[in-house]
Amino acid sequence: MNSVQSNSSVTNKLSPEEERAPAAVLKGSVFTLPILKLSRCDLREIEIDLTQSLSAALDFFNHAPLVIDLALTQELDEAMDFIGLQALLHKHQLVPVGVQNGTPDQIAAARKAGFAVLTGQTIDKIIENTAQKSHAKESPKSTRQQRENERSQAVDDDHAGSTQVIHQPIRSGQRVYARGGDLILLAAVNAGAEVIADGNIHIYAPLRGRALAGVTGDMDARIFCQCMDAELVAIAGTYRFFEDDIPDEINHKSVQIYLTGDQLNIRPLE
Amino acid sequence: MAKVIVVTSGKGGVGKTTTSASVATGLAKRGYKTVVIDFDVGLRNLDLIMGCERRVVYDFVNVIHGEATLKQALIRDKRLANLDILPASQTRDKDALFKDGVEKVLNELRKTHDFIVCDSPAGIETGAVMALYFADEAIVVTNPEVSSVRDSDRILGILSAKSKRALDGDDPIKEHLLITRYDPNRVQTGEMLSIDDIMELLGIPLAGVIPESQSVLTASNSGIPVIHDEVSVSGLAYQDLVERLLGEEVPIRFITPVKKGLFKRLFGT
Ligand SMILES: Nc1ncnc2c1ncn2[C@@H]1O[C@H](COP(=O)(O)OP(=O)(O)OP(=O)(O)O)[C@@H](O)[C@H]1O
Ligand SMILES: [Mg+2]
Repeated sequence: MNSVQSNSSVTNKLSPEEERAPAAVLKGSVFTLPILKLSRCDLREIEIDLTQSLSAALDFFNHAPLVIDLALTQELDEAMDFIGLQALLHKHQLVPVGVQNGTPDQIAAARKAGFAVLTGQTIDKIIENTAQKSHAKESPKSTRQQRENERSQAVDDDHAGSTQVIHQPIRSGQRVYARGGDLILLAAVNAGAEVIADGNIHIYAPLRGRALAGVTGDMDARIFCQCMDAELVAIAGTYRFFEDDIPDEINHKSVQIYLTGDQLNIRPLE
Repeated sequence: MAKVIVVTSGKGGVGKTTTSASVATGLAKRGYKTVVIDFDVGLRNLDLIMGCERRVVYDFVNVIHGEATLKQALIRDKRLANLDILPASQTRDKDALFKDGVEKVLNELRKTHDFIVCDSPAGIETGAVMALYFADEAIVVTNPEVSSVRDSDRILGILSAKSKRALDGDDPIKEHLLITRYDPNRVQTGEMLSIDDIMELLGIPLAGVIPESQSVLTASNSGIPVIHDEVSVSGLAYQDLVERLLGEEVPIRFITPVKKGLFKRLFGT
């Protein structure tokens, strides 16, 4: 769900600009964009729920390009007010770029409002399809539909919904995001670095930077780390900062971090 | 096979140019044909430290823009015949460098030289990225203080994500930690980070520790790289560094605190 990263999972937040280039060059590329799934058309209701998930994600979605998924609104009687929706998203510092899975009427209305129309699939479908794919490999007579699914998922199913394992240290200025799954780190997360996951985060090394688990709202997500030295930890948006004030019983210790209600617990692993 | 070594740090004023001059000189002294390039366009310090500022006619930017040939711009070192200096321009800004141009110059130098030492400007923007982009090895210069270590960490992140080797998926750049301006007495009192602290934070192999010493300033003022000074601890520590870069095993020296005499304790150094 991270915005503009295609194949590399580690990016530098501060990207120095490149050499002199022609003023415009058209290039093909593959992006993974966050998806906003709508199930109703009432903008007020949308805003309430959106505000909630955004606060859970801290400022992670700030100015993020976004795709609106209409699959669950196809059956509804009301029409979607795309211009109003766009204004609402802009107000929340989101940049909607397109819609997917709409009815022909919805697509026409979205086009009119300036949205691109994408033929993507949601994470759920991707996971379904991955299952289908392994199934398809077993039976030589895979259906045409299955083969098509396979092809359309080839770019994405390595990461979506699965665990990401990172072997190199994450350094100051770098950010790693495990979309739709867990993140396992085998080297240090240094001060000024950020590791983020929709699921759990496991760090078998010192955590000196920031770790944010369950950023899309999973309150059951946990963070495990071998040496607690963090600047910030967060689960589903409930966070705690540290400024040289990590309590002795957890400082430099192996800990797990989890939520009970809205209480963030940091406990040594015995 | 020629090797491109970048001397980089993120933070300014930590000793990159001092190190570039001494490492290039040391490699040349050991018989390798070496060139040292000043990537700090707009500031131009390397030629001063190498003592060749009066002989600068053309510079790196001229060569990149096709205004001079490499042969016209290279300055032969006064003391060592197999050492060349490619100075930076004082009048242009950092945008005067661009990747294709830099690559062309480096490829040309790879044919004639064994080592190409690139003195990076401070920061993490274009100039610094340009200096590290084509590197095979990197000397990450760090002072024993938190902000310098943090900036070195950033540069290491850029080396592992934005360099040509990283983007092409080749073997990663070989990273060397160099701690400079190290003062064992101030480490002992806790004013400065220890070697162990720095190594733990950065997690890359240590290639050398250069002690803080007055002889560095004296050397730069007279335009003679400090590695030529065989009685100075910094000069000797740079010699050790060069030997380690060439794969030799040399123990780290000059890192234990020296007891100041009563006189010095009372009246300072
Ligand atoms: N080991 C040392 N002992 C004492 N002084 C030193 C030492 N190393 C460097 N210096 C001094 O620190 C200052 C900065 O050194 P230098 O110009 O090499 O740094 P730099 O990293 O190249 O700086 P910039 O980022 O501006 O290019 C100089 O005055 C130099 O003499
Ligand atoms: Mg310099």
